Amino acid sequence: MSEEIENKPNAEQPSGSAPAEPVAEQAAPSPESAPAEQPVAEQAAPAQPTAEQPAAAQPAAEAPRKETDEEKAARRKAAFEAKQAAKAAAAQAAAEAAKAAQQANAATPAASAAPAASAEGAPAGEPPAPPAPPSPSQPRLNRVVTLLKELVAEDAVEESYINEPNDHLPTLVIKNEHWLQSAQLFRNHTELACNYLRNVSGVDYETYMEVVYYPWNMDAREGYCIKVKADRELPSVASVTPIWETANWNEREIYDLLGIDFPGHPDLRRIMMPDDWEGHPLRKDYVPLDPEV
Amino acid sequence: MIRTEELLLNVGPQHPSTHGVFRIVVKLDGEIITEATPVMGYLHRGTEKLAENLNYTQIIPYTDRMDYVSAMTNNYVLVHAVEKMMGLEVPERAEYLRLIVMELQRVASHLVWWGTYLLDIGALSPFLYAFSDRERILGLFNELCGARLTYNYMRVGGVKWDAPDGWIDRVKTFVKDMYVRLDEYHNLVSGNEIFLARIKGIGQYDAKTAIEYGLSGANLRCTGVDWDLRKAEPYSLYDRFDFDVVVGKNGDCYDRYLCRLGEITQSLRILEQALEQFPGEGETMGKVPRVIRPPAGEIYVRIESPRGEIGCHIVSKGKAEPYRLKFRRPSFVNLQILPKLLIGENMTNMVTILGGIDIVLGEVDC
Amino acid sequence: MHRACICLEEEGIQMEFNLENVSPDDRKEIERNVFFGTIEQLKGWARSNSLWPLTFGLACCAIEMMASGGAHYDLDRFGVMFRTSPRQADVMIVSGTVTKKMGPLLKRLYDQMPEPKWVIAMGSCATAGGPYVKSYSVVKGVDQLVPVDVYIPGCPPNPAALIYGINKLQEKIRYEAKTGKRVIDR
Repeated sequence: MSEEIENKPNAEQPSGSAPAEPVAEQAAPSPESAPAEQPVAEQAAPAQPTAEQPAAAQPAAEAPRKETDEEKAARRKAAFEAKQAAKAAAAQAAAEAAKAAQQANAATPAASAAPAASAEGAPAGEPPAPPAPPSPSQPRLNRVVTLLKELVAEDAVEESYINEPNDHLPTLVIKNEHWLQSAQLFRNHTELACNYLRNVSGVDYETYMEVVYYPWNMDAREGYCIKVKADRELPSVASVTPIWETANWNEREIYDLLGIDFPGHPDLRRIMMPDDWEGHPLRKDYVPLDPEV
Repeated sequence: MIRTEELLLNVGPQHPSTHGVFRIVVKLDGEIITEATPVMGYLHRGTEKLAENLNYTQIIPYTDRMDYVSAMTNNYVLVHAVEKMMGLEVPERAEYLRLIVMELQRVASHLVWWGTYLLDIGALSPFLYAFSDRERILGLFNELCGARLTYNYMRVGGVKWDAPDGWIDRVKTFVKDMYVRLDEYHNLVSGNEIFLARIKGIGQYDAKTAIEYGLSGANLRCTGVDWDLRKAEPYSLYDRFDFDVVVGKNGDCYDRYLCRLGEITQSLRILEQALEQFPGEGETMGKVPRVIRPPAGEIYVRIESPRGEIGCHIVSKGKAEPYRLKFRRPSFVNLQILPKLLIGENMTNMVTILGGIDIVLGEVDC
Repeated sequence: MHRACICLEEEGIQMEFNLENVSPDDRKEIERNVFFGTIEQLKGWARSNSLWPLTFGLACCAIEMMASGGAHYDLDRFGVMFRTSPRQADVMIVSGTVTKKMGPLLKRLYDQMPEPKWVIAMGSCATAGGPYVKSYSVVKGVDQLVPVDVYIPGCPPNPAALIYGINKLQEKIRYEAKTGKRVIDR
């Protein structure tokens, strides 16, 4: 899927080499999209996944376009029906997922290896039935909760649920005191191995503050969402800068704008506002000192 | 007696090569940098706080001004987040228009980067070439949505304006011409010995460091990690098109340079395919309720902007305004590696390394 | 004989030219090629046609300023050459949002510029805060810090609008030179 660039200095036709490999690349996306659609599109266009494979093998540049036109309607139909089924099931799944968090439900066959990417249309296999079908990320969520319970503390995880609209992202709320250890677990444990921290955000709910982390496992391409709550009076969350260097400036920004302290941070000072600024602007109760200027 | 002293040099916010109001306080030992402390916040405008009082359609113009060199991708990340939360369907023609403008924007953004990077390094003419091509793209955008830089083009559920007559053909002509121009650029610059001597081997880091620091975009791909959100987590219609992910090997400035120029080629490829497949007619806005109120919840979406992974984290309480809107800006995260790269470097390479990271201050400071 | 030359008059002191023994053709030639004016006007003409701005691009308007300097909307034809040091600049084109963190630096840079100097506020952020007028960290208009000569509205203004603004400044300089209002005391 990737093209190495070497010895570019004398390249006359950088665009010439690229179209030589479109066919190999086209075979790659179609198997990915086929399993996602198979559990869903069983009543609509069963011929569609099979139609994609032979079409992809044709080397002509025009043929892929023509067959895209032909199955555009089929794909649209399949996607529409998938969305209908998914919407109906998601409404039930959202209610049930919170309850089903602690049970190890039987996962659909595609779900064991399926990270969030293919989970969009997957949960609904049939017209809405009373028990909501389990989310494909459910087993992953259960595994994480079990690991945290065993290796960190019995009560480390306050809540855990699946965030349906967000590609079924397993979301956990971890207790503040156990956060540093849990973060180390997320980084170092072989099953989790989240070496890439995508985003750190701070949120000010009026009664408490919260920091939301999105670690990501770059090799297995799956991630989690972790929320850590903090007190509103003297909010403080253990800094994960020693674990993920990405968090360095993110935490400084959250400190600057929201006032959450991060003990363990190597250099916690203001980053966006001038150094002598008073107050933390992003708080809900912030009143600017000089609104007229 | 001769002795040396450490010199504290302030590469101030007003500087021709800092790509905006960015300040680096540099400790120098002779000409070698021993420590570098970036200071930012000179363009912090409080977009996230302002967003808490505006409804989602009103926030779209603010997203333009964050990463002002590639405004269409910023527009997209916000509307995509809201559409995902609400489960809205976007009509096909609108999605194609969005994709076409995003890829055109990627070409324009990389042209700005190329022109200003070479200007920083010392080559004065590529700037004029790059901006002249960019004017063509901006002319196309001007026809489409009325603005050259801050478009305010996308809406939740579609796009605001439909393509005028003949616009698609003009884009096709542009794409054809741009291939030729890109060859000219390579001929002009990529083999130049002075350029290579200034760029090869500078600012090198490996994949592990890159992942550790959370880099994304060309900064990550130059080390060999094949991570492009258009392929890894396809959004919009990217899974219909056939393009390569340009990956480097060494992780130095030269590889970043080649990655970005390669990305222009790939964008042109996607554009060709998208223009062929462009639907003849269709709606430009889907079925959207009059007041856009996403259900209560949280979402984090990310797309591949020319600078890296731009993300939008929305916490909604079911109202028309977001409760908390946070943008994960690629330039902000990518810039963290700068102090590490500068230690031990010659003073003259500071500008090269900073330019190679490709930052836009509006995004760093939000 | 066929030279264009400018005759200068000091204010109040008149010099007489004896035009009687000049033939009509030569007289027409003289009338076409010889200008009368004041030193102030000459200075105004020179200054307006070689405005050297300080590169003070802050935000999005800076990209439009760069585009104006590019090949399509060339600014060099107006004599406008971007200088990076305030000591060598005449005009400061404030393009972009001025934040409270940046404010003192802007004032310092303005002070470092030698007289005569002008300021163009480009874009609505520099004029009055722009779309960020309700923000906690934005100075609502650069005229709170430095005296502004020309305001260019737009978000961002088209390069043609920037060129129009620069032309307006040029007119202002020439007008002030002609009508005797000295540029220094404002």
